[in-house]
Amino acid sequence: MSQAVITPAIAPAPSRPRPGTSRLGDRVFAGMAGGAGIFVLVLLGAIIVMLFIGGLPAFRAFGPGFLVSTDWDPVRQVFGAAVPIYGTVVTSLLALILAVPLAFGIAYTLTELAPMWLRRPVGTAVELLAAIPSIIYGMWGFFVIVPIMSQHLQPAVIDTFDGIPVLQDLFAGPPFGTGLLTAALILAVMVIPFIAATMRDVFLTVPAVYKESAYGVGCTTWEVMRSIVLPYTRTSVVGGVMLGLGRALGETMAVTFVIGNSDRIATSLFGPGNTISSLVALEFPESPAGSLKLASLLALGFILFVIAFIVLAISRLLLRPRLHA
Amino acid sequence: MSVTARQADQPGSASAAAMPQPAARIAIRNLDFFYGSNQALKHITLDLPERQVTGMIGPSGCGKSTLLRVLNRMYDLYPGQRAAGEVLMDGENILDADVDINRLRSRIGMVFQKPTPFPMSVYDNIAFGVKLHERLSKSDMDERVEWSLARAALWGEVKDRLSGPAMGLSGGQQQRLCIARTIAVRPEVILLDEPTSALDPISTLKVEELIDELKRDFTIAVVTHNMQQAARCADRVAFFYLGEMVEVGDAVQMFTAPKQRRTQEYITGRFG
Repeated sequence: MSQAVITPAIAPAPSRPRPGTSRLGDRVFAGMAGGAGIFVLVLLGAIIVMLFIGGLPAFRAFGPGFLVSTDWDPVRQVFGAAVPIYGTVVTSLLALILAVPLAFGIAYTLTELAPMWLRRPVGTAVELLAAIPSIIYGMWGFFVIVPIMSQHLQPAVIDTFDGIPVLQDLFAGPPFGTGLLTAALILAVMVIPFIAATMRDVFLTVPAVYKESAYGVGCTTWEVMRSIVLPYTRTSVVGGVMLGLGRALGETMAVTFVIGNSDRIATSLFGPGNTISSLVALEFPESPAGSLKLASLLALGFILFVIAFIVLAISRLLLRPRLHA
Repeated sequence: MSVTARQADQPGSASAAAMPQPAARIAIRNLDFFYGSNQALKHITLDLPERQVTGMIGPSGCGKSTLLRVLNRMYDLYPGQRAAGEVLMDGENILDADVDINRLRSRIGMVFQKPTPFPMSVYDNIAFGVKLHERLSKSDMDERVEWSLARAALWGEVKDRLSGPAMGLSGGQQQRLCIARTIAVRPEVILLDEPTSALDPISTLKVEELIDELKRDFTIAVVTHNMQQAARCADRVAFFYLGEMVEVGDAVQMFTAPKQRRTQEYITGRFG
């Protein structure tokens, strides 16, 4: 019975537009999708503008000197950005120095040396390192790495370099375990997956026939890597390193745990310090609305945003020809 | 003494000239080759005579390129590929595990189907391979680069742009650069894997003339899909089919009076 009712409804369909399709529906969908795309741009712009406006009182009060002043004195209401900028730059660069050789080793192993059955699991493990939440790195750093640093590594290094100019100043001070170097160590572990994964991907873009030609004139695996693969992928490798740098610059929680949180510039790598993000994370709860301190923190946020934005933009630019062409 | 003269003085040249039938520079004996469990070459026995061009023909997938990749152990780069049997060079089986592969590849050079200039200057492309095996002074290196480029019939075209990028050369020039790069290491054997299939007719002609010229000094094996090319360049021709070597013989005899019916059918275009 019910079939008899449905059948005539189906028959004339070709002469009319299918139900549920209309130009209106198409336009609404296009509008929504396009809106979502534009929303990202608006959001990005709004964050920059908000940070700048919020930080304006600090820029007004301290002028360009804000960037180079090492003061951070809530009592006298004097704030400067030099200490956290120094901490951010030093920990990030140290992290890169530690991470790049390791990441290169991982990528080299995964593309040239490891047997096929091992490449996938190790590659996946490296990518999973990136999935570990930052707070867990912080706790691991504080409860595992910091004790190792203070009890074993730092005393040994301080003794070894004692009396050697430059080095004895670079590795000096009480072995608290926390400090710039420890923060850089944790950061290095956190950026390795990004750098290693990018390097592996760009190494794989080198056509096999180039590598075979190099092997064909008698190159060893290392000579092929140094003379063919690295020159061929140089730009993209730098792009991958910049990607890691962008991550390291903004990392907050793990660094806050282990950097020692001091408002002075430490000349020793074992000394405590602060990065922009760790300072903001610590001081934000104690900054009343409308205060100059809050404005200074927002100004710091603006500076970090600009630095990280530039670094990541450069990384995108360098990686584009290899990965997206 | 010039490099060219030194090349001609290499041991073997006098004895080779004295003998009516040149000795085998490479002797392949009962060679089997496997991609995993898939057998790509079956019981191949073939000689590459000293200072002659051996052409290898046959339909796609017949194993002729695979044979070249065995001769310089290129298959070693890939897990799961293995060879059994013997490939003798100076009485030594080059398939042995203890053979110095980098040195072997300097003795047996290879040119690929597509030109593969390295991402560096024309000069450095040539010097690169030489530096791996020899320590030469700047002037000796200059001389070697010029000699190699001259032998590859490229010197006149690139002598004013030696420091320019090799990627900027035309396809035909790039391929001759790859040949120059191969002979710069002064190998004894040169393997050419369809060296002209990516080139235009003029460049193809130049490379073919070059092969004819190079056989004065080198033992050459060339894989080709082009029957006319095999007839023009090769002294001896081997016909491969489905991983087996069907027939080998003097080039003229192979193209005029092949002994096997399958060879006859292939060279007359009945299949392949």
